[in-house]
Amino acid sequence: MEPILNVKNLTMNFGGLKALDDITLAVEKGQIAALIGPNGAGKTTFFNCITGIYEPTEGNVKITPPGKPTQKLQGLKTNLVTEKGLARTFQNIRLFEGMTVLENVMIGRHCRLKSGIIGAMLKPSSQKKEEKQAVVDSYEILEKIGLAQYVNEMAVNLPYGAQRRLEIARALATEPFLLLLDEPAAGMNPQETKELDDLIIWLRDNEDLSILLIEHDMKLVMSLSDNIHVVDYGRKIAEGTPEEIKSNPDVIKAYLGDESEDA
Amino acid sequence: MRLFNIILGVAVVGPLGFFGIKEIIADPVYFLELFLGGLTRGSIYALIALGYTMVYGIIQLINFAHGEIYMIGAMTALIVASVLGLWGWNSAVIVILAIVFAIVYSCAYGFTVEKIAYKPLRTAPRLSALISAIGMSLFLQNYVMLAQTPEFMPFESLIPDFQFWEPFAHIITAVEMTIIVTTVITMILLGMLIKFTKIGKAMRATAQDKIMASLVGINVNRVISTTFVVGSATAAIGGVLIACHVGQVNFFIGFLAGLKAFIAAVLGGIGSIPGAVLGSLVLGISESMFTGYFWSEYEDVFAFTILVIILIFRPSGILGKDEISKV
Amino acid sequence: MVTKKEIKLSFVIALWFMVLTFPIMVIKVNTIKHIVIFRWENLLWTGIVCFFASLIWNYLLRIKEEKKKSDTKDDIPIVHRLLQNEKFRIPFLAAICLFAIAYPFVFSMYHTSILISALIYVMLGLGLNIVVGLAGLLDLGYVAFYAVGAYAYALLNLHFGISFWVVLPISALLGTIFGTLLGYPVLRLRGDYLAIVTLGFGEIIRIILENWDELGNGPRGIGNIPAPSFFGHQFNQHNSVIYIYFVVIALVLLTIFFVNRLENSRIGRAWIALRDDEIACEAMGIDKFKTKLTAFALGATWAALGGVVFAAKTSFINPMSFTIWESITILCVVVIGGMGSAIGVIAGALVLILLPEYLRAVAEYRMLVFGALQVIVMVFKPEGLIRSIRKTYKFEKTKE
Ligand SMILES: Nc1ncnc2c1ncn2[C@@H]1O[C@H](COP(=O)(O)OP(=O)(O)OP(=O)(O)O)[C@@H](O)[C@H]1O
Ligand SMILES: [Mg+2]
Repeated sequence: MEPILNVKNLTMNFGGLKALDDITLAVEKGQIAALIGPNGAGKTTFFNCITGIYEPTEGNVKITPPGKPTQKLQGLKTNLVTEKGLARTFQNIRLFEGMTVLENVMIGRHCRLKSGIIGAMLKPSSQKKEEKQAVVDSYEILEKIGLAQYVNEMAVNLPYGAQRRLEIARALATEPFLLLLDEPAAGMNPQETKELDDLIIWLRDNEDLSILLIEHDMKLVMSLSDNIHVVDYGRKIAEGTPEEIKSNPDVIKAYLGDESEDA
Repeated sequence: MRLFNIILGVAVVGPLGFFGIKEIIADPVYFLELFLGGLTRGSIYALIALGYTMVYGIIQLINFAHGEIYMIGAMTALIVASVLGLWGWNSAVIVILAIVFAIVYSCAYGFTVEKIAYKPLRTAPRLSALISAIGMSLFLQNYVMLAQTPEFMPFESLIPDFQFWEPFAHIITAVEMTIIVTTVITMILLGMLIKFTKIGKAMRATAQDKIMASLVGINVNRVISTTFVVGSATAAIGGVLIACHVGQVNFFIGFLAGLKAFIAAVLGGIGSIPGAVLGSLVLGISESMFTGYFWSEYEDVFAFTILVIILIFRPSGILGKDEISKV
Repeated sequence: MVTKKEIKLSFVIALWFMVLTFPIMVIKVNTIKHIVIFRWENLLWTGIVCFFASLIWNYLLRIKEEKKKSDTKDDIPIVHRLLQNEKFRIPFLAAICLFAIAYPFVFSMYHTSILISALIYVMLGLGLNIVVGLAGLLDLGYVAFYAVGAYAYALLNLHFGISFWVVLPISALLGTIFGTLLGYPVLRLRGDYLAIVTLGFGEIIRIILENWDELGNGPRGIGNIPAPSFFGHQFNQHNSVIYIYFVVIALVLLTIFFVNRLENSRIGRAWIALRDDEIACEAMGIDKFKTKLTAFALGATWAALGGVVFAAKTSFINPMSFTIWESITILCVVVIGGMGSAIGVIAGALVLILLPEYLRAVAEYRMLVFGALQVIVMVFKPEGLIRSIRKTYKFEKTKE
């Protein structure tokens, strides 16, 4: 079977800097895959390239959504990538500060709804129904993620860990088949990390999702992942199961000095 | 798309070039006059545009109050010159003092404006800072209008009217010559400031990356203040020169001049200092040609049309670089 | 509360401002008569005012810092709390209605006419609020669309005799078209260029109106624009003011009604999200450009509607009614009232327009104060006079 995400020879140049250098990587359906590497290795840049936020210098990105034919992703605008079924979170939390928690999730529903400007002003019954459904759906997502208690809070007033989870909730609302998480555990305490761990596994098993995550917390990565990709200075240096990665000499070398105690 | 651009370019430039050559041959002196007029105009734009582009380069803010700094420079020169003139001081001393006061006061105003309206908003959303800038501009205009007068005030030229050799004398005036020469000197000095001095290097570093700059020990607040002060100084020079050229000043002159200079900065590539100069000259000369050969009533419309065209086809300007903002 | 250090600092700042404002505040030259007047009293006043202003400024800055650290939740503005209170809301709204209906019969034509102007600003403010407050697009040429509406009515009426009620939808459409045409090339670009281009566009429209004599008589303008008719019936002058008053009230209510619906709709939420974070917005599947364009065009539509009413009210228009000051005034209404907050904008329009009308003595300081207020609001209270609040939803727990 085709992998649901298939990236070939992805390269990204910023002026003289090669932030990504010929990266080839695939994610299989139902997998939890991890992308790891030291600071500045190019992990976030990788996400930005496949989601259309940056335009990669070279390479191609293909997806095969479950039950649909394989299609090209590069060259699409970010919002279209999301419509195709890739949703992401951000390393530096980017919630909509002027909105409530529920509304943040409803923004995620945006691309699955239809009502336009005339509909909003005249509010025919179809639009009323759609809006009601959106509220219900969004609330259900919040319940799943465990944020229902905060529904009407402003997103900025949430504790840090909850904000990270809200980013995930918002991404889920776009009905993705592949979830891209950029350091979801950053800044969380061990208790919150544990809950996140459970949540990610739950998502894979119950929501029919595949997940690609960037993470620095090695304990989390090793316990969660089916497959790990390691990048360093924009190049992919290893790929394999947690066991293989742990004993890979190249990986140890790349991490030595900054995070060797975790690896 | 590329082919389309080329065809479009040829379609526009071709007839214009043809028309231009025909006109030049028909009346070369008129053309030369227009050209020099445009050069003068462009020089003034350049002096103002520098402030815009430097501030934008460092804090990514359109400093709407910059035009007002320029106006205050011209006003101060007028006031100082009038007072000293009435006291019967020597005219050379008056010239020097008027210019010095204009520069010093503009710098002080630029410095103060930044501290009041922009510094508290360093981390606020961009829209807030922009609105604050508009508020500041509105305030300064009305402050000068209420404290002085809404009328135009005649400005007696500070520049002595010396004669050139024929045949130059009747195509360029002493004031125009002074403007062009002063601008060139200012540009050279500014270029040296930015290239060779410590503060100039700090400015370039801050423009590239504020956080990195502060990590290597650069006092970012000081660099920002300095940028405002330097930009204000060149604007003040522009203000005094244009006041001499046009012969009158009021509280509103900063609005249009500021807008045009901003357009010039965008045309050249905002954030780029050589770009600002080039953009100003291109805008000044083409404006001069447009008013000289076509409709003079639509001078300002022409400038805005240029702006829109540039923004559509080359938003990064003539010398600007396309930068991908970090996510 | 105020430390000694702060007093000292304020003293230095006051001195700085005394020096800074000296040439402009103290010296007054008359270059025609060659007289110089020194107004020393201004020096003193500047010093005193700046001293206290600086004290207050620093004090407010300190409060703001402390608030940021303690991250206390801001409470809901009193107006919203009152409006949410069922017991209060109905009598309150009824009182406003009664007042609004009785107003033109109780007060003179002069007062009614002033209130009409203020209400037109309410409409314009609410329209611009969509663009600036909700979508976060800084439009400095809003008056251009206002002019489009006003001239559309004046010209269509002059040449074809088309009536107010027919022009109203036509001009709305024209506003949308102009908004789309201008927005199309510009909205793709970095946000702050929009400010400059719209500023330029506003000026272009005015310059064209001034110079294109055949179109609208240039600076002489167009006169004798008829007031709206009531099913073909034209009122006399007095009644016609009252009639326009009610037409404007109806339009304002309609605006509030639509704006309210828009704010809590799919599109409205997308606007706010776009204002808060463009990149996240795109990553949520929102078409940035299309969403911006709808906000911009809808704002333009409202401005055009306002223009038609304005032309009908004054019965004479010329380019001088559509200067940059007009755009700035509307912007002030939105910013000072509260960006994104409909109630704030309504309050802002009424206060900012009515106050200078009745306080004639200070009217000339209007723009000075507006400018200062814009800076002060942005620095200390970016949410404006009355902050917006978001809709809340009630749920029964479905799980547990
Ligand atoms: N828009 C940009 N312009 C220029 N350089 C960039 C840009 N975005 C990223 N870079 C550079 O690319 C490199 C990779 O950055 P990236 O953010 O992808 O790293 P990362 O692996 O996510 O690191 P971290 O673990 O710190 O998040 C860095 O050197 C960064 O400075
Ligand atoms: Mg990263």
